Amino acid sequence: MNRRAFLLSGAALVAVSVEARATPAEVARLIAALTEGARVVEGGMKLDLPLLVENGNVVAMSITVDDPPPGQHVESLHVFAEANPLPEVLHVRFGPAAARPRIATRIRLATSQSVIALAKLSDGSFRRDSVDLLVTLAACLD
Amino acid sequence: MARTLINVKKTLTRGEAFEIRLLIAHPMESGQRRDSNGQVIARDIINRFSCTYNDMLVLEATLFPAISANPYLSFWAVATETGSIVMTWTDDHGTVQTERVEVTVSA
Amino acid sequence: MIWLLLLLLVSPAQAQPRSGYLDAGPDSRAMQDDDTANPAFLWVEQGKVLWGSLGCGGCHGDVATMRGVAARYPKYDAVLGRPVSLARRIATHRAVPDSEDMLALLAVIGLQSRGLPLAIDISGPARPSYEAGKALFHRRQGQLNLACANCHDDLAGRHLGGAVIPEGHPNGYPIYRLEWQALGSLERRLRQCVVGVRAVPWADGSRELADLEFFLGARAAGLVVETPAVRP
Ligand code: HEC
Ligand code: HEC
Repeated sequence: MNRRAFLLSGAALVAVSVEARATPAEVARLIAALTEGARVVEGGMKLDLPLLVENGNVVAMSITVDDPPPGQHVESLHVFAEANPLPEVLHVRFGPAAARPRIATRIRLATSQSVIALAKLSDGSFRRDSVDLLVTLAACLD
Repeated sequence: MARTLINVKKTLTRGEAFEIRLLIAHPMESGQRRDSNGQVIARDIINRFSCTYNDMLVLEATLFPAISANPYLSFWAVATETGSIVMTWTDDHGTVQTERVEVTVSA
Repeated sequence: MIWLLLLLLVSPAQAQPRSGYLDAGPDSRAMQDDDTANPAFLWVEQGKVLWGSLGCGGCHGDVATMRGVAARYPKYDAVLGRPVSLARRIATHRAVPDSEDMLALLAVIGLQSRGLPLAIDISGPARPSYEAGKALFHRRQGQLNLACANCHDDLAGRHLGGAVIPEGHPNGYPIYRLEWQALGSLERRLRQCVVGVRAVPWADGSRELADLEFFLGARAAGLVVETPAVRP
């Protein structure tokens, strides 16, 4: 029973599709350019991702921002993945018809890494949350 | 396959927050994959998405290749008046698609 | 007395089969549980359109009349002397333009039987096909010299890399597979398992594949149809 060989046949195919990766430093630069020195508070929002990813092709993600103080609203959301081929995942700007600042979607993750989400409030400040997750590969591949 | 599946509660009460949920049939080809001959498969993704409700913006989004194939989006709007929700998206070829859903709002 | 009989009927050596649903992770299960979040429903919707545009409805009426059909396939065809899959049954009496259209039809027809127990009839003249399929399931093949049974009977529930090895049941097909990022057929799934052991896959439409799928259907007796399922 040679399970290792079975796995390797999968791994070899994956390697073909892997290109250059983003780096944490690159993501840090993008975040600095976005926040432009504004205050960034850890928390006050929830980035929801599974800690253990079954398949990096389809990872359920949701972002919920706690209600901001009266008179303020959430202007935008920004998601970055530190080790994807491209560090940017999604930018969302909310308009006046939006209700609770919550979105859900599905994303691709090339490997185990940190995903970072920022929410911009109307006073110019930011909130931030991040998740470190482990991506496992499926055994059978095309 | 079908272009889109949109799920929105059609009858609403004013002031109610309601979910807009959609699935769009699209390969979201990342531009990072290679075919069996080693050639890079050209990028082809939906890169812009927006949703309005009676011409008021609910949200607009910039999408990157990290969004999964057959994109799923869920977000929330506040019921104000009877009218239409219009969703528009653009892909890398510049093709623009629009879907519309009518909602009825009672006091 | 009746209890004893029931026990004898449902527990010959193997316990109740376990659906691949239970071995999929919470995210895949959540996707399968909610039709508005399951991308397979993009194909279901297309299947509804095709049901009309290809004229299926003209003879069969509403697609809801297909309830129970998918649960009986593959079905032994006495005239052909072999089991036929649902796809083949459709293709032999109505031209379907391409494989994506066929997947869409299989999805919408399969959905009509969702929740119904599989009911593959292996009695009488069908028996030799079942036995032939069973033999294939237990036959070692490929450079890794592994039989389906080595993984799906002996190692089911154990991990292979990141994946849990499921029992390998066909009750959710066509499935939306995260790895494919698309809807795919049972044949596609089987091809990958065969290639995984470095063997040469059986040709589509071959007698071997028909017998193997027939056996898989009977082996899954007790499970309900989950079409369209979601798997990692
Ligand atoms: C010209 C009439 C006609 C058209 C058009 C037609 N069918 Fe049929 N179909 C039949 C007949 C007759 C049978 C056999 C009925 C039986 O076995 O009870 C059948 C059998 C079937 C069966 C097997 C049912 C069973 O219980 O085993 C399926 C599945 C099916 N058709 C699907 C389709 C689909 C999908 C289409 C469209 C692509 C289609 N049919 C178009 C006449 C038609
Ligand atoms: C080396 C182990 C191995 C062998 C040998 C193997 N498979 Fe699999 N099979 C798997 C794994 C692992 C999965 C699940 C993959 C995943 O979830 O990523 C799977 C999935 C399946 C499924 C899908 C089950 C579902 O819930 O959708 C079927 C059906 C299946 N196999 C049938 C077969 C058949 C038939 C054979 C023999 C021709 C075979 N397999 C040989 C490991 C194996």
